[in-house]
Formats: sequence, C-alpha cells, structure tokens
Amino acid sequence: MKFLTSIFLTALLAFAIGLYTTLPWFSFVFCSLIVAIAIHQKPWKSFLSGFVAVFVLWILLAVLSDTPNEHLLSTKVANILPLGGNYVVLIFITGLLGGLLSGMAALTGSYMRK
Amino acid sequence: MRIAPFIISALITTGLVVALNVQLPSGKSKTPRLGYFLSPQYGFWKNAESSNYSFSDHKKIQGIKSNVDVFFDERLVPHVYADNNADAYFTQGYLHAKFRLWQMEFQTYVAAGRLSEIVGEDRLATDKYFRRLGMVYGAENSLKETQSDPATKEACDAYTAGVNAYITALQPENLPFEYKLLNYKPEPWTNLKTALFLKFMSWDLSGQGDDLTYTNAKAYFGYDDYMKLFPEIQDSLDPIVSRGTTFGAPKIALKVPKKMDSLYFGRKDIVENTPTLNPDKGNGSNNWAVAGSKTKSGKPILCNDPHLGLNLPAIWYEMQITTPDCNTYGATFPGAPAVIIGFNDSCVWGVTNSGRDVKDYYEIQFKDSTMQQYWFDSAWKNTTFRKEIIKVKGKPDVVENIAMTMFGPVMYDNKFAAKDNVGKYYAVRWKAHDASNELKTFYKLNRAKNVVEYNDAISTYQCPGQNFVFASHSGDIAIKQQGAFVAKWKQQGDFVMPGTDSTYLWQGIVPENENPYMINPVRGFVSSANQQSVDSTYPYYLGRPNNFPLYRGFIINRKLNAMSGITVEDMQKLQADNYNVFAEIARPVLLKYLATSNLNSDEKKYFEIFKQWNLNNDLQETGATVFKVFWDSVEINMWGDEYAQTKLTLPWPDESALIESMMKDSTYKFADDVRTLNKKETIADIILIAFQKAAKKLAALEKENKLEWSIFKDTKVEHLLKLPALSRYHLPIGGGEHIINATKQNHGPSWRMIVQMTDNIEAYGIYPGGQNGNPGSKFYDSFIDSWAAGKYYRILFIKKEAAQKSEQMKWHLTFEKV
Repeated sequence: MKFLTSIFLTALLAFAIGLYTTLPWFSFVFCSLIVAIAIHQKPWKSFLSGFVAVFVLWILLAVLSDTPNEHLLSTKVANILPLGGNYVVLIFITGLLGGLLSGMAALTGSYMRK
Repeated sequence: MRIAPFIISALITTGLVVALNVQLPSGKSKTPRLGYFLSPQYGFWKNAESSNYSFSDHKKIQGIKSNVDVFFDERLVPHVYADNNADAYFTQGYLHAKFRLWQMEFQTYVAAGRLSEIVGEDRLATDKYFRRLGMVYGAENSLKETQSDPATKEACDAYTAGVNAYITALQPENLPFEYKLLNYKPEPWTNLKTALFLKFMSWDLSGQGDDLTYTNAKAYFGYDDYMKLFPEIQDSLDPIVSRGTTFGAPKIALKVPKKMDSLYFGRKDIVENTPTLNPDKGNGSNNWAVAGSKTKSGKPILCNDPHLGLNLPAIWYEMQITTPDCNTYGATFPGAPAVIIGFNDSCVWGVTNSGRDVKDYYEIQFKDSTMQQYWFDSAWKNTTFRKEIIKVKGKPDVVENIAMTMFGPVMYDNKFAAKDNVGKYYAVRWKAHDASNELKTFYKLNRAKNVVEYNDAISTYQCPGQNFVFASHSGDIAIKQQGAFVAKWKQQGDFVMPGTDSTYLWQGIVPENENPYMINPVRGFVSSANQQSVDSTYPYYLGRPNNFPLYRGFIINRKLNAMSGITVEDMQKLQADNYNVFAEIARPVLLKYLATSNLNSDEKKYFEIFKQWNLNNDLQETGATVFKVFWDSVEINMWGDEYAQTKLTLPWPDESALIESMMKDSTYKFADDVRTLNKKETIADIILIAFQKAAKKLAALEKENKLEWSIFKDTKVEHLLKLPALSRYHLPIGGGEHIINATKQNHGPSWRMIVQMTDNIEAYGIYPGGQNGNPGSKFYDSFIDSWAAGKYYRILFIKKEAAQKSEQMKWHLTFEKV
C-alpha cells in the first residue's frame, strides 16, 4: 500500500510542480525526496516507487503530446539527438531520465529517514 | 539517518541534475540541456502541436486602441481587421512573433553581428564581417530616418509593441523549439531590430563584396585580358527599358579622374583580403505585368517571383491587413511591418533586384598604424572611431575599434586582414550606410490607388535598388528601376579606388526622375529579371556587367511578346517554365566545335542525349544534366589552367562571356592550356577534352542513378541552422540557372504571386515553406510539395463581413482592448 501511495503521490506532486514553469525543470526531484521522507520505505522500494512515478508520468505526458502531433516533432528530435528517428526510443529515454532522477531523489530521502 | 549511503545518493542525484542541466559538448556544437529539453512539461514536447490544434483565441491586450479581429484561413494565413493602422501593425508584430519569433530574432542577430553570443566563437568571423561592414552603423542611421516620419514611426512602434506583447506573455514552456535547442531566450524587440533586418536585406541584395577579388583579377590578368573575361556588353541583352528609348541630358555631369590608365585601370595592386561571406550571386527575381490588351479578361495581370535562399522557416509570411485606409494582401517579412510584395483593392506591385553597384572600396593611406589621420587631397584628415563590442558565449568580449573615414568604416585594417595584407587599409562606401526609410515606400504602396500614387510611393525608396513593377485595376502597367543609385563614370568602383583623391569620390545620386521607367508601352507588357535596365546610351554606369544576368530577361520578353489572350493559367505555366534559352544559344556552338569522330561509344551515347535534348530542364530530362556537366567541364578546361597559376582569390567569369567569345572568335586566347608549353590548344581541342571528361563524370552519375535533372540538381530547403532533421531534401523540381523557373539547389522562387486585376481580384500565391515556423507544426513546411509541383493556392482576399461567414476561415482570434 505504501508503495502504491508513494508512486501516486510522487507522480501527482511532480506533475503539479511542473505546471509552475518559472521554477526550474528539475523541481520535481524535491517532490520525490519529500514523499520518500514522508512515506518511509526500504531504500530499494523508495527508489523503485520514485522511479516508476516519474517514469510513467513523463512517458504518459510525452505520449499525450506526441500522439495528437502524429509523431512529427518527436521523429525530428529523434534524428537530431541522434536516435535514428525512432520516436519510441525517444519517449522511453525521456521516461528513463525523469525516472532515474526521481528514483535517486527518493533513495536519498529514504536514507535520510533511516 | 544512514550517513554514508545518504551522502552518496544525494551526490549522485545532484550530479545527475547538474549533468542534465548543462549543455554537454558534442563534436563542434553542444547538446541542449537534456533534462530540460526532454522534460514533457518544459522541453520540446510542448512544441509538438496537435494536428487539429485550434488557433482560435480571445486575448485581452494592452497597447491597442480598439478591438482587432484575425481570421485564419485553412492555410493558416491571417486576415487582420483593425480599426486603425497602429492596431493593424501591432497585430502584425504579434502574429509574426507568434509564428516566427525565433527566425525573426535570429536574422537580426546575424545582421547585428551577434551570432557569437548564441552559438559561440565559431561564428566570430561572421560577426566581425558584419560589424566592420557597418551594418549596425547603417541600421542606426536608417532608424533615425524611419522615426522622423510620423506614419512609419507609428507603424514601427506599434509593430514592436505587438512583438513584445507576445514575448512578455510567452510562458517558458512555450518558447519556440530552437531556443530550447540552443538554450537561450528571446530579448525584447526594438525598432532597431526592424532596421537591422532591412539592412540584412540590403546586404543580401546590394552587398556584393567582390570589388576586392575583381581588383585581383585585373592585376593578375592585366586590364585587356580582364575585359575579355568580364566583357562589357552582351549582344543578347534585352534591357528592362526597351532598346531605342531616348534618355535626356543627365543632370549630373560626371568628371572622370585624370591619369586613370596608370592610377586606376593599370594598377597592379592585389588585395589578399577577401570577404568572409558574400550574398548569393543567384539572388534575383522575375516580375512582369501584362496589359489588358494582351489578356483574355481585358484587365492587367502582374506576376512576381523573387529568388532568394530557400530556408525554413521561410523568409516570407503571408497575410491580409485591413484598416480604414488600407486593404492589402501579400508577402510580409517577419521582422518588419507592412506588406512587401502584394496587392490592394486597386493596385498590385512586385519587385526584382536592380543589381546596381552601390558598394565600393577605397584604399586609405594612414599616417601610421594608429589610424588617426589619413591622407586626402594633400592634407591629413582625422578619423573617428566606432567601438563594436562582440559578446562571445563562454568567452571574453571581443572589441572591434573601427576607424571611420569620410568614405565609411575602414573594414579591413591590420586587425582584420589577410596575413600578406598587413599595412593596407580599405574603407567601404555603401549606400546602405546612409539614412533611408524604405518602409515608407511599402507603407504607401499598401495604400496606393493608382499609378500616380505608385510613383509617389517609390520615389523616396533608396536601397537595395529594386525594379518595381506595377499594374492597376484601371488598366495601367508600369515598371521603374528605383533606388538611390550612384551616378558613376564607366567602371567606377569596379575595382578598389584610391582613397587619397577626391576625384574618385561618388559625385552624386542619380536624380529619381532619371531612373529607368516605362509606362503602358505599346508592346503591352513590362518585365524585369535582373538584366541591365538600359542599353549603353544611358548616361550613367550601372555596375560590373556580370552583376546582371542576361538570359531570364531575354526569354521572358520573347515569350511575352509571342503571347496574347493571356490567362492566369498561362502565367502560372510561364513562372514554372523550364526552357533553357542559354542552352539554346550554347548547344549549336558546342556542337560546331565538338569533333564527334574522336568519341568512343560511351561518349557517343551522351552526345546523342545532348543532341536530342528538348532544351527543357524538366524533372526527368537527362539531357539537362549532360549539358550542365559538359558546360561546367568546358569552363574548367578553358579557364582552369590560368586560374591554377595563382593562389589569389579570383572571381570566375560568367557563361555569357565564354559563349559570346566562342561565337565571335575561333581563336579564343584562353583556350590554350598554359601548362602545356609545346602545344597550343584550340577551342576544338578544349571542347573535346571537356566532353570526354564530362562523359566520365556522367557515366559515374548514371551508375548512381543520378542522371535525371532533378535528382542531379537535388533541390533542398534547409533550416536556418542547417539541421538536416528540420530541412527538406531531394525535392522533385525542375528549372535552374538562366531559366524562368530559377530553382537551383538551395535557391529559387521564394514567393510566387500572380494577380489579375479584374473587378473581383483573382490572386494566386505560394512559397516554399509554411505559415508556422514551429518544426513541430504541420504548417511548418505545408506548402513545399505543392510549390515543387508548380501549383498555386487561390488567395482569399476578403472583406471582414465575408470573412465572418466564410467556410474557408478556420479559426478566429480576437484582441480585446484593456
């Protein structure tokens, strides 16, 4: 239960703070940190819930932008970066980056409590 | 707390954030800040525009006098209806910013010599070049002039306010894509930026810097041979103002300097400095207007296609602007108010470049290397200094201290010189340095009602000089070459001039009423395609003859002469015409010299293709490719040996010089290969070698399946940052140099417009781009395929009441005054 609550709360707060775009883009790491402090779990569980929360959130948001855009821009960016124009890989990497940062922040939070 | 794991994971987290928050080096460039760029709430994902995105909106806006309505049609062309001019230009600025902000700001960074600020020291040479050329100096001068005119001041102020209204309200996540990629932010727009953009167009169209390299050519070849390579008048010239037109006595009686043969034409000085960049030599355009006597409708039709670099986002943005005193439609420049090429209720106008030489170099003799005093007319004159500070990303500022003389800025000095040219100083005198108000002309043209008002509108226009073509609903057609043209003696300024002697100064500007002009000629049409505007009886010198391409004007006039009962469809066909008149002239000459008995079977195959070619540079014509490869080979084999003897940067002669020489002279001096001491080659020898070499290249091309003309030519429209992912390549389009459809590899018709001045104006237009500069929008490049196919869009020129009801209007944006 703690695990699922952490995921849900981290994702919700990360999304909410991301609406304030005058704050830096990485502000969500503080949400992940605070959730991990507030809902204490074993370090590996904190990491995983932090990771999954933003991994899923970012992939979801990216897909929500990308689908109505018919992959027009993601394909171009996947050529610039370069990922051979593969937008699926680009979406995955997007999720991975967000997830990794969030997971590491949550891990830090978990160690802070214990 | 578990101290050690806590510290380690905190450090890793911080390290990751930092690494994803900085630009990492990647080859010569840098990555975006990856975390920011990929964040779905901040980064590029936000620029992914939904394919059914609604542009309808209601905005409360400060800075307008009353409410404004904007209707977007299905091509995303805005139709602006405002109650006054200021609100209309405010809205224009807002829309330019909304759809083209990155592009319009980037272009002014280029013009202002500020690229290093955003991309780093790689572009420092470009920045120095533009600063030293006096771009900012000229823009500041013109800004004053623009501000002193109430109408253009109001237009620019409102335009700037509109751009800034958009920038101020711009949420960080909605920054245009390129800002996110390069990691910077837009700064406030200013009227100076508009002036800088217009100076950039002046540079593009009147900034040829090759006087320096021509000076070298004259020194290297000697004046007589130079004149053979760059001859003065060509028989196939059909000037803009028909031959036989008589010109009155000139108001400016030019005094030619003394002892020119030794002091100017005979000087052997070379200039090691060469321009960092040059405007594309292919910058040119076609325009023509046919009178009602030649059209099926009985009303004039005007056509214009300006040839510029093909870029994304495109240089043009289409729109309609309606106010109580103005109802106009056409192509606008993101970066400037008003419609530049277009029409209104009663008139239509278009432009081509005049190509007149208004930029010269003077060699300055300074007392010493401090450049404080220079020798002029037997006395020392004082300079002033202009400080240009170039900011460089991640590096200290670079300061250029530019000496200013009576001619203009000393562009080349010891700090900006090729190694062997230290101790020599060259100042540049350019008409674009001077105060001028070009916007006033377009502002007035947008409102012109008849030919008198057209003449009035263009009479103050200065630089870059243009051929303004005109037609009215009332039936007049006219063309005028207008600009502030320097009254020059023959070959004045073709080469670097001595800066010590007042007799080499510009002696005045040709009075506006002496500029070439033609109205309602008996032949029923007027036209221009960058050729020399007048024949040799005109009292002033136009500039180096090879500034003026011959063949497009020649074929346009020939075709128009032969036409009658002209329809819009005929004009569409003419703008996309791929007939190669240069090849028509050149082929018989080449065939005459080419000894076919010496060809092997492979060579014979290409010879047959060439011989049977229909002279059209259509998509699939292999003959066009054979001709192009053959001709290039002829040039290289004819002239390459002479050019290979020197390390100097020299200009390459024109096709016309060679073909006219071969037609007249069977013992062309340059045919001899100077590297073969024992043998004197003839034209026929060179043509044979050239063909054999060309055949080898053609065989290689054929192996790669690249013999078809459009595949060989490989037209592309590149993003301004040259990023392949944002560019369009391999476009299936014919045409080329010397052809009415002047589409080359990355250069060509940047806006095609055809307007018939019937009671209900029938207008067509298209440009290679799209209305939205956002690479994440389907409107980014939505016109390109139709453009390549030679298609047009029927233009919606529509009153407000009709726009409200029109089914073709897809979105409605309103500005409410607060």
